[in-house]
Amino acid sequence: MLGILGKRVARGGIYASTIRSQSFLFASKNYSSTAKEMTVRDALNSALDEEMSADPKVFVMGEEVGEYQGAYKISKGLLEKYGPDRVVDTPITEAGFTGIGVGAAYHGLKPVIEFMTFNFSMQAIDHIINSAAKSNYMSAGQISVPIVFRGPNGAAAGVGAQHSHCYAAWYSSCPGLKVLAPYSSEDARGLLKAAIRDPDPVVFLENELLYGESFPVSAEVLDSSFCLPIGKAKIEREGKDVTITAFSKMVGFSLQAAEILAKEGISAEVINLRSIRPLDRSTINASVRKTNRLVTVEEGFPQHGVGAEICASVVEDSFEYLDAPVERITGSDVPTPYAANLERMAFPQIEDIVRAAKRACHRSVPMAAVA
Amino acid sequence: MAIWFRKSIKITHYLKANRALWGLVNQTCRSPCFHSNFSSPGSLNGENYRNPPSFLGNSTTLYGSRRFESVKAGRQAELQYDDGCHQDQALDFPGGTVAFTSEMRFIPEASRERIPCYRVLDDNGNLIMHNSYVEMSKEDALKMYSSMVTLQTMDTIFYEAQRQGRISFYVTSIGEEAINISSAAALTPEDVILAQYREPGVLLWRGFTLQEFANQCLGNKADYGKGRQMPIHYGSNKHNYFTISSPIATQLPQAVGAAYSLKMDGKDACVVTYFGDGGSSEGDFHAALNFAAVMEAPVIFICRNNGWAISTPTSEQFRSDGIVVKGQAYGIRSIRVDGNDALAAYSATRAAREMAINEQRPVLIEALTYRVGHHSTSDDSTKYRSVNEIDHWKTSRDPIARFRRWVDGNGWWNDKDELELRGKVRKQLLHAIQVAEKVEKPQLSDLFTDVYANMPSNLIEQEEALRQSIKRHPQDYPSDVPV
Repeated sequence: MLGILGKRVARGGIYASTIRSQSFLFASKNYSSTAKEMTVRDALNSALDEEMSADPKVFVMGEEVGEYQGAYKISKGLLEKYGPDRVVDTPITEAGFTGIGVGAAYHGLKPVIEFMTFNFSMQAIDHIINSAAKSNYMSAGQISVPIVFRGPNGAAAGVGAQHSHCYAAWYSSCPGLKVLAPYSSEDARGLLKAAIRDPDPVVFLENELLYGESFPVSAEVLDSSFCLPIGKAKIEREGKDVTITAFSKMVGFSLQAAEILAKEGISAEVINLRSIRPLDRSTINASVRKTNRLVTVEEGFPQHGVGAEICASVVEDSFEYLDAPVERITGSDVPTPYAANLERMAFPQIEDIVRAAKRACHRSVPMAAVA
Repeated sequence: MAIWFRKSIKITHYLKANRALWGLVNQTCRSPCFHSNFSSPGSLNGENYRNPPSFLGNSTTLYGSRRFESVKAGRQAELQYDDGCHQDQALDFPGGTVAFTSEMRFIPEASRERIPCYRVLDDNGNLIMHNSYVEMSKEDALKMYSSMVTLQTMDTIFYEAQRQGRISFYVTSIGEEAINISSAAALTPEDVILAQYREPGVLLWRGFTLQEFANQCLGNKADYGKGRQMPIHYGSNKHNYFTISSPIATQLPQAVGAAYSLKMDGKDACVVTYFGDGGSSEGDFHAALNFAAVMEAPVIFICRNNGWAISTPTSEQFRSDGIVVKGQAYGIRSIRVDGNDALAAYSATRAAREMAINEQRPVLIEALTYRVGHHSTSDDSTKYRSVNEIDHWKTSRDPIARFRRWVDGNGWWNDKDELELRGKVRKQLLHAIQVAEKVEKPQLSDLFTDVYANMPSNLIEQEEALRQSIKRHPQDYPSDVPV
C-alpha cells in the first residue's frame, strides 16, 4: 500500500494523485467486486437526467446550462434530450432567475436552479432565504417550495476572494432550508436525487475541484431509483482514537490524514457529514462517545462555522465523554488571496488535520504553548 | 450641450484622422452631421457658442474641404461597400439589423409629452365622448361598487382597531379601491395573484370574507396562516392568492416563474402581479420584466403608481416618465391608466388579460392613483406631505365617489342603498372583529409545523422539551394559548 502511494504521488499533481490513490484505497477496502468508476460530474449529470426523465415537472434553469452544456458541463446533453422548455438558459440575473424558480416552485414545478458558483447566489439570497426557505411556514403549508439550488461552493484553485467563499454555514443557519454537501460520486447521485424529490427547498453545495474526480460506484448506486437519506452522515473510515468530521473536499483530505495518523498509531474515525442541515447529531455524538476526541474540518471561515455548530452540539449532548477540547480546523479568517502560496496557507491542508488530531490525542504541544 | 461641445472637438480630431471614412459617409449620406439640433445656442455654456465656430455651423464648408481631399479614398471605400443596396442604410449586428444615421442625436431623457393616461369617466362620473371601454352590466357594476365600499369600510375599521390596540398593525388601501376591485373583476378565479400588500381588495373580490380577514389580522386559530404572519399578510390557496411576503418586489420574478409554470401547463389563465411606484426601483423589477419578455410569459404587471413610497415621492424614486415607459424599454406592451377610474382600470385589465393569454406575452399596466392613507399604521404622512394635498385626493378625487356618480347616473343606485350598504358592512366588520378576538390563538404545535414538509427530529425534540417546561411551570405560560 505504502509503495503504491509513493509511486502515485511522484507521478501526478497533488490533487489528482492524492485523490486517485485515496479512491484506490477506497476500492480495495470497501468493494471487493470489480467496481465501476464514475466522476462526480457524471454522477450529477446522470442524476439530473434520471430525475428529469422520471418527473416532467423537474426542469433546470441557470446561466449557460443549455447550449453551453453547463459552465462545468454538469448539464451536458440535457438540452438536446429535454428541449429548451426544460433546460432554460437565463439572462445574467441571479436575483431574476432565482425569483422565477421560486415562483415556478410555488405553482407546482420542480426547478433545479444552477448558480455558476454559490458566490453569485449572494445576489439572490433574499429569494432563497425570505421566499424559498420561509414560505411554507409563513403560509402555513399553503405554499410549498420543492426547489433545488445547486452549484460549486467553496474554494477552487486560484480564483480569489469572490470565488472561493464557502456558504455552508450561511445557508445552514436558516430554518426551512435543507443543506447538502456531497463528497463522492455515490454522494452526488444519491443526494441530488433525494434533493430533487424532496418537497422542501434544498441548497446543494458541490465542489468544483471534485467534479473531475472518479470514485467507484456499485450497481446499486447506478440504479435510477437510488437515493440517499437526507440527514444521515456516513462513516467513511472507522476508528477508535479520534473523530474527524468533514464535508465535501475536506473528506478526502481527512481520509489521507487518517492514513498518516494510522502510521503513527492513531486510529481516526472519519465522518462524511453529507448533510449540513439537518446535521446528523446522533452519528457524530455516537462517534465522539466512542473516541472521546473530536476534530472538525471545513474550508469555510472560522466564526459561526459548521465546526462551531458541531462543537456546541457535542458539548450539549456528550460533554462527559470528551477527553480533550474540540479542535476546529477551518479556512483562515481572511478573504481568500489569489497567489498560490498564500492561497495554500488560507485553506486547511492535510498536515493541519494531522496536527489537530495529534493535539486532540495529546501527542503534541497544544497551540497556546507554541504561540 | 456643454458636453457635446467638448465631444465635438474630439470628433474633429477624429475627422482629420479618418478622412476616408468620412468621405464614405458623405458619399452615402448627404445630410451633414453637425447641424441644427442646436437651435438654441443661448443654452450653451459661455460665449463660445454665441458665434458657433465655422467648422460646426457651416456644414458645406466642412464637407466641401474634406471631400476634395478624400475623394479618392472615398471612392475606394465606396467600391468595397457597393453591394447594390445604397438605399438600405442598414447595419448588421448581433441583435438584428439596425438602420444607421450619420446624424449624431442623443435620445432625450424625456419625451416632449408624457405618455397619455387612459380614462373613460371624467371626474364627475360622466362617460367621456369617443371612448373605448368594456361595457358592464348593472349587476357587475353594483358588485364592483359595493366591493369598493366594503374595502374602504374594512380599511377604516381595521385602522381604527389598530389605533385602539386591538390589532398590532394595519395597511390601508384608501384611495386605491378602484385599482383593487376593477382589476380583480376583470380576471377569472383561475388567474393567479401575487400581490405586494396593498391589494386586499383583490382577495375580497374573490370571496375572502370579512371574518377571514379579521382572523388573519388577529392571528387566531382560524387564520389560514396559523398566526405566523403580521396582519395584512393574507394568503389563500383556494382563492389563488399567494400569501403576502414583505420584501418589496420579490413577487415580480416569482410571478414570472409562476407564469412559466402556467405556460407549460397550457392553462387558459395568467398571472397578475401588483407592485407600487417604489417597488419599480428594486432589482427584482428589472429582472422580472426582462425575463417575462424573453420567456414570453403570460403575466400582467400592474403598477399602482400612487405617488409615494412611505415618504419618498416619485420625483425622488425615478426620473423616467413613470413606469409605463419602462415596460416598453423591456419589450413589453404597456398602458397608462387612470387608476381612480374604475371603468378604465377594468377595461384595461380585461384587454391585458386577453393579450397575455392569447398571445402568451407579458403586459404592463401603470395605474396612476394616490395613496390617501398613511403608508401603514406605523407612519404619519402629514410629516412629509401637506394635509391639503391629502384632503384634496380624499374628497374631490375619490375613486368610489366618482364611480358612484356614474352608477347613480344610470339609475342603479341611490342614497338609501348607500346608507344601507355602509351600515350593513360596518356592522359585519365590527362583529367579525369581536368574534375573531374571542377565537383561541393557534395551538402550540403550530409553532413547529410547516418549517419542513415533515417535522425533523430536532423540532420534535424541541417541542417535547417545551411541553415539559410548560408542565413544570404552568404559571409562566399564557393562558390563551392552547397547548
